[in-house]
Order: sequence, then C-alpha cells, then structure tokens
Amino acid sequence: MAQMIFEGILETLYMTIASTMLAYLFGLPLGVLLIVSDKNGIKPMPTLNAIISFIVNIFRSIPFLILLVAIIPFTRLVVGTMLGSTAAIVPLTVAAAPFVARMVETSLKEVDAGVVEAAESMGASTWQIISKVLLPEAKPSLITNATVTVITVLGYSAMAGFTGGGGLGDIATRYGLYKFDTATMWLVVLVIVVIVQILQEIGLRIAKVTDNRTR
Amino acid sequence: MAILKLEGLTKTFEGKKGSINALTDINIEIEAGEIFGIIGMSGAGKSTLVRCINLLEKPTSGNVVFDGRELTMLKKKELEKERTKISMIFQQFNLLMQRTALKNVCFPLELSGVPKKEAEKKAKELLALVGLADRAGSYPAQLSGGQKQRVAIARALATDPKVLLCDEATSALDPKTTRAILELLKDINRKLGITIIIITHEMSVVQKICGRVAVIDGGQIAEIGVTSEIFAKPKSEAAKRLVYPDGQMEETFAGGGLLRIVFDGPTSQQPIMANMILEVGEPVNIIYASMQDIDDTAVGQMVIRMPADDDKAGEMIKYLKKNNLKIEEVRE
Ligand SMILES: Nc1ncnc2c1ncn2[C@@H]1O[C@H](COP(=O)(O)OP(=O)(O)O)[C@@H](O)[C@H]1O
Ligand SMILES: [Mg+2]
Repeated sequence: MAQMIFEGILETLYMTIASTMLAYLFGLPLGVLLIVSDKNGIKPMPTLNAIISFIVNIFRSIPFLILLVAIIPFTRLVVGTMLGSTAAIVPLTVAAAPFVARMVETSLKEVDAGVVEAAESMGASTWQIISKVLLPEAKPSLITNATVTVITVLGYSAMAGFTGGGGLGDIATRYGLYKFDTATMWLVVLVIVVIVQILQEIGLRIAKVTDNRTR
Repeated sequence: MAILKLEGLTKTFEGKKGSINALTDINIEIEAGEIFGIIGMSGAGKSTLVRCINLLEKPTSGNVVFDGRELTMLKKKELEKERTKISMIFQQFNLLMQRTALKNVCFPLELSGVPKKEAEKKAKELLALVGLADRAGSYPAQLSGGQKQRVAIARALATDPKVLLCDEATSALDPKTTRAILELLKDINRKLGITIIIITHEMSVVQKICGRVAVIDGGQIAEIGVTSEIFAKPKSEAAKRLVYPDGQMEETFAGGGLLRIVFDGPTSQQPIMANMILEVGEPVNIIYASMQDIDDTAVGQMVIRMPADDDKAGEMIKYLKKNNLKIEEVRE
C-alpha cells in the first residue's frame, strides 16, 4: 500500500514536472511572441498576433478530459502507446502550453512600458529587450505563475488517471470509483493536497527571494 | 555648429476619433554644448517632440538631422547605433527594478557588447560622478527619487552620448531635489560638454539652467530665443502664460496697483529697491520676488504693490525706468 502510494507520488511528480517543462518549452516563446507582436508591442505584427491568439484560445477552450481523448491518435504517434505516465505527458503538455503562453503574456505585460522605452532609447534590439528587459524584469511574476501552472498540471495529471495515465489520480480513481475503498481514496487525496501545498510554498518563496523590488 | 536640427517636423496620430496633430512644422536648431529648454503646458506635444528626436516615434514628415546625419533615413540597425549617442532620462526614471544601481549603469554598455569588467569600471566612475559611489549595490526600490534620477543620469552617460534628452526629468521630484539634479546636469554640461535638452512645463526649471528656450503650444513653436529675454519680455501668448501663470499685463499704471519689475544683468546687484523707497519716500509691499541665475547672469522678478497715491506711484515708475529696469503692471 505504502509502496503503491509512493510510486504514485513519483509518477505524478514525473508527469507534472515533465509536462510543465515541455509546456514552457512551447508556451514561453508563444507568450513572448504574443507580447512582442502586440499592436503596442516592440515589434507589432497584428496578423501573427491574431493567429497565435486564436490558436491559443481554441486549445484553452477544450475541456481537458475531451482533449485527453481527442488526441489519443496523436499521443500514440508520439509515444507509441496511450497508456502510462509517459503517454499522459503528451495531452498534459498540449493542454498546458497555451495556458503557459497566456500566463507568460500576463507576466510580461506587467513590465513597465517606460522601462522598455528607456531600453529602446538606448538602442536595444528587439532580442535584447526580450532577454535583458522583459524576462528578467518579469521574473518574480513568471515564477509565481509557474507555480500556478505546476499545480494546474498536477490537477490535470490526476484526470489523466482515467485513461490509464498512472500516478495518484489513477490510484484514487481505481480505489474510490471502482473498489469503493473510500479510505484509500481520501488518503491519496490528502497526499495530493500536501504536494500542492509544498509546491505552492516553494514557488512563493522563490518568487519572493528573487524579487529585488521589495528588499 | 548645430548638433541637432529639426526641420519641418510634423507628427499626426491617427486615432479612432479622427487624427490629432501633435506636432506641426517644428523647426529648431540646437547648438553643440548648449542647454536648450523646451517648455509648454501639458499636452502641448513636448513628449512627442522628444520621442521624435530619437525616433521612438516616427515623424509623419520632416527631418531630424543629428550630427550631420539624417536619422529618418537610417535603417533599424544604424538607428539603434545612433541612439546610443542620444541618451534620455525620464520623469519616472525607468530604471530596471531587478538590477542594482551599478548593473543599471552597465546596462547600455552590455547592449553594445562592452566586456563586463570594463563596463563595471566605467559604471563605478559614473556613479561617483553623480555622487552615488556608495550606493552601487542598492536596488532602485531602496533609493529615493533624487537618487534614482542620479542613477538614470549615470546610465544615460554610459555610452558617451553627445546629446542628453530630459523629458520632465525633475517633475516627480521635490523643489530641493529638483535644484540638486539641475545643478548636476549643469555640471555635466560644463565638464563633459554634452548638449542637454530640457523638456519641462515649469518655467523655473528653464530659468535655472537653459541658455535658450523654445516655447511650444498646441504642437507648434510659439516662440524661441534666449531664456532671459523670453523671461523678461515674452511675446507670444503661450510664453506669457508660462511667465505670468496667474495674471495678464496692462500698459497703464495706476496707484495702488501691482507692478512687476524684471531684473536682468548687472542692475540686480545694486540695491535698487531700497534706493527707490528712499528717493520717493514711500514704502512698498513686496508681494512676490524670485531671483535666479540664468547662464551666470542674475535674473529675477519682483512684484510690488505701489503706493495708493498716483503721484508717488508715477515717481517710482520714473525711477525704475531711469535705472533701465523693465516694468509692467500686473492686472489683478
Ligand atoms: N500615441 C499617441 N496616440 C494618440 N495621440 C497621442 C499619442 N501620444 C500623444 N498623443 C497626443 O498628442 C498630444 C501631445 O502629447 P504629449 O506629447 O504627450 O504632450 P506633453 O508631453 O507636452 O504633455 C496630446 O494631445 C496627446 O493626447
Ligand atoms: Mg509629456
């Protein structure tokens, strides 16, 4: 039992962390692109902005459970199977990347336009503004939002249990729904709650320590 | 030689509710090494004008000639390079909040690829120049407004600019800090020979450091000339509004009225007022007085209430005119 829950924790963390990282790999550039190409951005590209925004919105509108099922053929294509934690990473990433894009967009929007203007007046190129102004200045907000993302993905990963994704969600579903073993189900839920608390706390601490506006 | 020439600069913003003519046919020549003021009320187009100078805003028509180069013709990369020679400081300082003072000053050097060690050495020298050698490791959030503006000035100087644009650089500061920052700018102008352009809505700022000034109103240049002259005898309505913020001038003089006396040059060293009172044998009430140092000549104005007696008032006016003072009655 303890062994099973322990493995569940590892699987959940594996799915959550891997999916979040992959979601940032795709979502971060998209978020940056959304800000940069905005009509008031540093390199306005209205058409590109509208296209990205549209695609992001579509993916964000699809409920995760439906997405999970809908992209099974794609998951098979990428991983070779639709079962197991590794397979769950595919739908989790697809669902989280557009979410990350919007989160990054929101964080970067908070950077004072005056600071960007100052950098432009110093002859900074678009890339320099992104790498030396937007991202570093938004760092605390990016970290806070990354925490929200991790926790959201953790929640999704529990749903991935329905399609045999493994992890704590899988255990809770099997014991609670199919075996009517509510005690085990609640135990697993408790473990998830504790993990969420820890992640939240870590995220906030890092955001606070790295923010130089308050020291 | 003119370091900066604005030729027929026009900027129109196309908005939803029609177009706004923010700037109309602006012609200014700024000489290398001078401190030039651009003054106007809020909304006059001052910020648009400075943003057009370094092409943060693209003029609708007209030319910006900087150091002999026509900026509007340059490609993006060339423009980025020229921009390092035109620095800018802002009302809100616009420092990078996640960087220390030192790293803020290093920032423009980083942009142009100066090695870190070299950049830091220069940044330290500049922080010392602005009087913040001991705050290199502080973050902007730990600095006062005046200190933040000093960091911004050091940062603006890092690329050895030829021109420093100051858009309302003291407008967020208290009067004492404002004075200190203006002194610093004057010092920098003198020591480094950098041309400084001061954009402000406050006459007192222009009076303190600008040799010449352009008055901008409704997106047009209303008047342009030597500060002490515009200050003493404003011709345009816009300039008059700025020089006498709360009163108009009348040419007739009457006892009991208010009289504005302008001092410029050597006369202000002499005890004119005391002598006048002694000669006429009537006291006056000084309502308002302000003396400034414009470009090393004492300039100032004083508003006095004249005696109720028309004759005595007339005598005073005669005395002041005899001493070559410019006088005008202030209508209440
Ligand atoms: N980006 C913009 N779009 C539309 N109108 C603008 C824009 N920037 C400035 N304006 C308008 O141009 C005029 C001059 O503004 P500004 O240059 O900021 O004045 P100042 O700095 O003298 O207060 C104002 O009427 C303002 O509303
Ligand atoms: Mg302005």
